[in-house]
Amino acid sequence: MTKVTMTVNGKSVSAEAEGRTLLSSYLREGLGLTGTHIGCDTSQCGSCVVHVDGLAVKSCSVLAMDAAGADVRTIEGMANADGSLGVMQQAFQDHHGLQCGFCTPGMVMAASALLAENPTPTEAEVRHGLEGNICRCTGYHNIVKAVLAASGQDMPAVAAE
Amino acid sequence: MPKDTGIGASTKRREDIRFLTGKGAFTDDMTLHAQAHAVMVRSTVAHGRIVKIDTARAAAMPGVLAIFTGEDFAAVGGNPAGWLINSRDGTPMREPKRPVLAHGKVRHVGDNYAAIIAETYEQGRDAAQVLADDTQIDELPAVIDMKAAIADPSNRVHDEIPDNLCFDWGWIEDNRAAVDAAMKAAPHVVTLELTNNRLVPNAMEPRASIGEYNTGTGDYKLTTTSQNPHLTRLLISAFVMGIPENKLTVVAPDVGGGFGSKIYHYGEEALVLAAAKKLGRPVRWTAERSESFLSDAHGRDHVTKIEMGCTKEGDILAIRTETLANVGAYLSNFSTATPTFLHGTLMSGPYKVPHVYVNVKTVFTNTAPVDAYRGAGRPEATYSIERVVDMMARELGLDPFEVRRRNLLTPDQFPYQSPVGLMYDTGNYQATLDKAIELGDVAGFGARVAASAAKGRLRGMGLSTWIEACGIAPSNLVGVLGSRVGLYDAATVRVNATGNISVMVGAHSHGQGHETVFAQIVADKLGIPDSSVEIVHGDTSKIPFGMGSYGSRSLAVCGSAMDRAMDKIIAKGKKIAAHMLEAAEGDITFEDGKFSVAGTDKAKTFGEIAFSAYVPHNYPLETLEPGLEETAFYDPANFTYPAGAYICEVEVDPDTGRVEIARFTCADDFGNVMNPMVVEGQVHGGVGQGIGQALLENTTYDENGQLLTGSFMDYAMPRADDVPFFAVDHSCSTPCTHNPLGVKGCGEAGAIGSPPAVINAVIDALHRGGITHVKHIDMPVSPNRVWQAINA
Repeated sequence: MTKVTMTVNGKSVSAEAEGRTLLSSYLREGLGLTGTHIGCDTSQCGSCVVHVDGLAVKSCSVLAMDAAGADVRTIEGMANADGSLGVMQQAFQDHHGLQCGFCTPGMVMAASALLAENPTPTEAEVRHGLEGNICRCTGYHNIVKAVLAASGQDMPAVAAE
Repeated sequence: MPKDTGIGASTKRREDIRFLTGKGAFTDDMTLHAQAHAVMVRSTVAHGRIVKIDTARAAAMPGVLAIFTGEDFAAVGGNPAGWLINSRDGTPMREPKRPVLAHGKVRHVGDNYAAIIAETYEQGRDAAQVLADDTQIDELPAVIDMKAAIADPSNRVHDEIPDNLCFDWGWIEDNRAAVDAAMKAAPHVVTLELTNNRLVPNAMEPRASIGEYNTGTGDYKLTTTSQNPHLTRLLISAFVMGIPENKLTVVAPDVGGGFGSKIYHYGEEALVLAAAKKLGRPVRWTAERSESFLSDAHGRDHVTKIEMGCTKEGDILAIRTETLANVGAYLSNFSTATPTFLHGTLMSGPYKVPHVYVNVKTVFTNTAPVDAYRGAGRPEATYSIERVVDMMARELGLDPFEVRRRNLLTPDQFPYQSPVGLMYDTGNYQATLDKAIELGDVAGFGARVAASAAKGRLRGMGLSTWIEACGIAPSNLVGVLGSRVGLYDAATVRVNATGNISVMVGAHSHGQGHETVFAQIVADKLGIPDSSVEIVHGDTSKIPFGMGSYGSRSLAVCGSAMDRAMDKIIAKGKKIAAHMLEAAEGDITFEDGKFSVAGTDKAKTFGEIAFSAYVPHNYPLETLEPGLEETAFYDPANFTYPAGAYICEVEVDPDTGRVEIARFTCADDFGNVMNPMVVEGQVHGGVGQGIGQALLENTTYDENGQLLTGSFMDYAMPRADDVPFFAVDHSCSTPCTHNPLGVKGCGEAGAIGSPPAVINAVIDALHRGGITHVKHIDMPVSPNRVWQAINA
């Protein structure tokens, strides 16, 4: 076991990790940040997406030690300073972009990174951009709506139904 | 004008806040003091005799606390099937024991025969690998294909079951001869053989369980990913482990989707309880996704021959089906109900059909157990009917819309006694069909065909008019049909002294939004703000004995219990008001949150009544009890019958066989709608899963019983770019006639109605493109299958 230090949601934190400890386990077990979920074992589902140095990363595909010194942001760090929901979080609630809530943290993290890279995506770009995140509840309809809404664009007429 | 609050308002979900901020509390999120970890050791062969499990090396490894094998549970009971089905000849089904851990034989890849309990998960994994190496299992030939399973009785999943048949069921057996005669006399008969593909439910949260045992009190606690904690407690107590119900609490906290797969009790739940007792420490087990693929109950897996007798004008005269239904290696709790009473009873669809007969043979194979998955039996029935109706229209040169209109029940025909045992209470199938035609812009289809053609694509349109029976279910009826449980639900409405309310419900929310929607209903009826109502669910130590959530039952059954409990609250409130206002009880009215003396301005608010109930000064105690808390159990009089019309448009690339969903339109009748936003979300999700089944998902075992689709890399889940936006409408409402809210249920609709609409659209596209030799393609219509069909 080695002590691994990084910045998570703006605070410097440390926890023990083995060489094989994944960033997802480090966050959940080491730091108690259980908002980052583990939905598969093949880096396919995207439930564990966090931001590492500003980029969306599947935290199950990064060793904790490789993230030492990095600036990590998780779902727990997405709310506004006053505790109110951030823009993407609020859009997900407003548009019913979540049901069971399990894929949601990864979805919100992936979607916010998507908008950081492409502030006004088309519907097709949103769908393509979220391809690495699986949701079993929503049929993606309201997730795509939420992301388009968070981008501040007028929604296609069909999406407004 | 849309309402802002109460019944009918699209109130935003209160549960979203915790899920959006990482504060959800799923089972694997909980770490208890001194918690140990369980790791399952699973069979890598589909069928084999366990010769030796040598635990010595694994037991000596770092951190290993205990090892369990099937031997440790040989004396305890088995996990039972919830429905007893009789064969056509009256003999009861074969029900082999389903042990906590495999004992003697392993019967599918993923069958767990041992468990390691260790200080850390990683240590458990390391020891599990060593134990697997030190285990000798002599492999036996695997029984995989259902037809071969029946044909070759020498190869048995269960030694005591000679033909691998669980039962051979006829519905309704007495009608068989009349159906055969009607089929023989029919001017035209359409015959179709089809497969309803096997699916893995894949709720995004893998199953997980934590067992706890208090050595001081002898109390057990199980925290688990369950859709119905009371049923799990009952099964563990009465059948599997014999722990008295009063000494076992089952908690289903935040649960990340279920879709049926978390209805059932699984052996891992019993294992963590036994391990917790042995060690005197909490023990947590969490499935890896690979384990979920191997060991969660799968769905569907029917092979059906359907025949439809009709006139040359398209009037349906008779339907006859023969189905082989896979139950896998063991009977999961509802596995025997799904292909029978949730399937055969729907085989006349929304149509007036004089003669229907359904035969289902359920077959044991060396595969994971198969059970109810979103829709459960009803998607299989709907797919068979809607495919054969479409085929009939094509064979007779008739319009598929008109053929359906010709046969749909009309509003004046309700209540309607179907030939397969159900009494449909109400509906207006023409209205939803008309609405779908309008919303789906069927009039503009021709122009879209031309536009697709200009891109080199073949465009097709497919229709499905569907019905289901949900709101499961009247206990009297299901008891006659073989259910070993009742299917009522329960709610306790506790008015607190300061006037706010806690409602304890038997339904469980794992994505459906009960915490918001049930609160809307309570607030609406009692005339108080939504924010004054808290919905408590998922903990057997807090809630009354309810049957949980599945079969689109939560609102129709548990919501009705809640409504009944509120009636009792209002009645009690009137007694209290009569006392406080010195009036006769019969003169008290309740409206807008106020108890008033009729014809006067004398009134007490709901809050004043509540306070008085808990500060009962000067109460006439011989006629009025203190307190304001009421419980109701509600057992429905009938199933509910949601119905609708779905229209799918696809584009097929004839060069590659790739199918793209271009438009999808749903017009549903769910009865009264409590929260339109949530209802539409349920339809979106169901349609997404139905499109997944139709285009992408398939569970494939090879001839040795190895699961070839055992991860998200091999099993094609629908992703955001596989689906379009859906057009969804629920304005054509005929309220349910027999429950107090007039609700029908919307959870499964999308998964039931959508697969045949997709496949009908694909066949239509090919025919419009001149590829008329393709009569049918089995799901999923992957590019490979479509290309093969085109080029056959």
